[in-house]
Amino acid sequence: MPLERDGVIESKELEKSPGVPSQKRLRKGPVAVIECIQEIPCDPCVLACPNGAIKITPSINDLPLLIEGRCTGCGSCIPICPGLAIFLVDETFSDKEELVSIPYEFLPLPKKGDRVEILNRRGTPVGEGKIVRVLNPKKYDRTPVITLAVPKGLAMEVRGFRIL
Amino acid sequence: MMKEVEMAIVGAGPAGLSAAIEAAKAGVHVVLIDENKRPGGQLFKQTHKFFGTMEHYAGIRGIQIGERLLKETEDLGVEVLLNTTVWGIFNKDVLAFIQDEKGGQLKAKKILLATGANENPLPFPGWTLPGVMGAGAVQTLINIQRVLPGRRALMIGAGNVGLIVAYHLMQAGAEVIKVVEGKPTIGGWGVHASKLTRFGVPVETSKTIKRAEGNEKVERAVLVKIDKDWNEIPGTEEELNVDLICLAVGLGPMDDLAWIAGCKFEYLEELGGYIPKHDQYMETSIEGIYTAGDSAGIEEASVAIEEGRLAGVAIAHSLGYIEDREALKRKKEILKRLHELRKGPFGEASKKAKERLLLRRK
Repeated sequence: MPLERDGVIESKELEKSPGVPSQKRLRKGPVAVIECIQEIPCDPCVLACPNGAIKITPSINDLPLLIEGRCTGCGSCIPICPGLAIFLVDETFSDKEELVSIPYEFLPLPKKGDRVEILNRRGTPVGEGKIVRVLNPKKYDRTPVITLAVPKGLAMEVRGFRIL
Repeated sequence: MMKEVEMAIVGAGPAGLSAAIEAAKAGVHVVLIDENKRPGGQLFKQTHKFFGTMEHYAGIRGIQIGERLLKETEDLGVEVLLNTTVWGIFNKDVLAFIQDEKGGQLKAKKILLATGANENPLPFPGWTLPGVMGAGAVQTLINIQRVLPGRRALMIGAGNVGLIVAYHLMQAGAEVIKVVEGKPTIGGWGVHASKLTRFGVPVETSKTIKRAEGNEKVERAVLVKIDKDWNEIPGTEEELNVDLICLAVGLGPMDDLAWIAGCKFEYLEELGGYIPKHDQYMETSIEGIYTAGDSAGIEEASVAIEEGRLAGVAIAHSLGYIEDREALKRKKEILKRLHELRKGPFGEASKKAKERLLLRRK
């Protein structure tokens, strides 16, 4: 079902989106994944990137383009996105695990080391993960970014979690 | 003797505040009137980060945008009348109001009506039970009064308001059971819907509420699937245990004062109903009376901010505070940004409707 029918982005809608890194780039290490597939007038992510890796041109309605070679995986774009639609994925974390960073505006916040139930884009549980980092500096303006270690092959699937 | 001012603005939401700032910056003596005890309109309920560009405070929360606009109006010395309800316009330039239970009148060379919107109701059996309420009331309770109106919520309507208020309810600690939308597609932006779905809140289209049930308060909702002509599909009833049914089924412009003044109107469904016709600089069919924001057609807050600025510049210009060339330059800049805001697929319908609404002066 397409996004406008049930609010869930399908993988095939995502693959052709200019904000999503290639398989080749994903294999190289941490990179932003911009899940913004509708043309809406919005561009704060462009200014948030210190490396000029996000372009929205010529109109502010154009989809964000990720220049994947310039993205260092710093995650500065995650908390600024009003749609909470930017994630960070690191498929190179370890032999068994990958990392995914998610903007999370709910209380209580999880703590480093917590085990959590991991959810896909539909909110369906797909296994268990571990919190490895909780970032909540003042400049994120109350949009904490939570990094989870998830089983290999799931970092491009997991977009939510539930504290156990 | 009746007090006389250069410019009176009715409504201190994003449009009214933005207009006040532009006009006061140019030197106009502005009186800003609002019926609430605090200015800001709906901005102070908006705890989420806003969309747009830096010109529209993108990436900043609505509450903070409200604070910034308020501070600017204060710094510029804008006179603000609160707890003041304007109930009439006489002779095209006199505003009649009630302030703290006392009547008063104010004469203004220019009037801007930035009165915002009303929520649409949705009647169904059981809709008068406590626990059925509009999205605006839910937002006031959770984000201003800090009271949770229910623990298990059902949201009716998946426009941006329904999706955003469902998210605020989750943040406030309620369990949102689902969001249903009668139309076959979600009216709001996909990113707002995905914020819910990824945490397990389903958004279901072609579905609506049939009735609410309960003893003295909402205990259950009965939903039903509908076809594209809004006919019930037999055998698809679904019962949900909920104690809050939140309605977010669209907004209509609040234009009583423009009607009283005798402005020309046009019916435009895409903009929420009857809208006062206005020229490209927001002046209605009555010279000296302007409109901006949701009262000039239901759109996003970013549009309200730009329309308010446009009216503010236009009024300052017509009062002689900005020179022709400078005024034209500023108006063009704002119109360009408005054009961008209405350019994408979600803005297209508004853009076309606004073109049909446009008042062409002879």
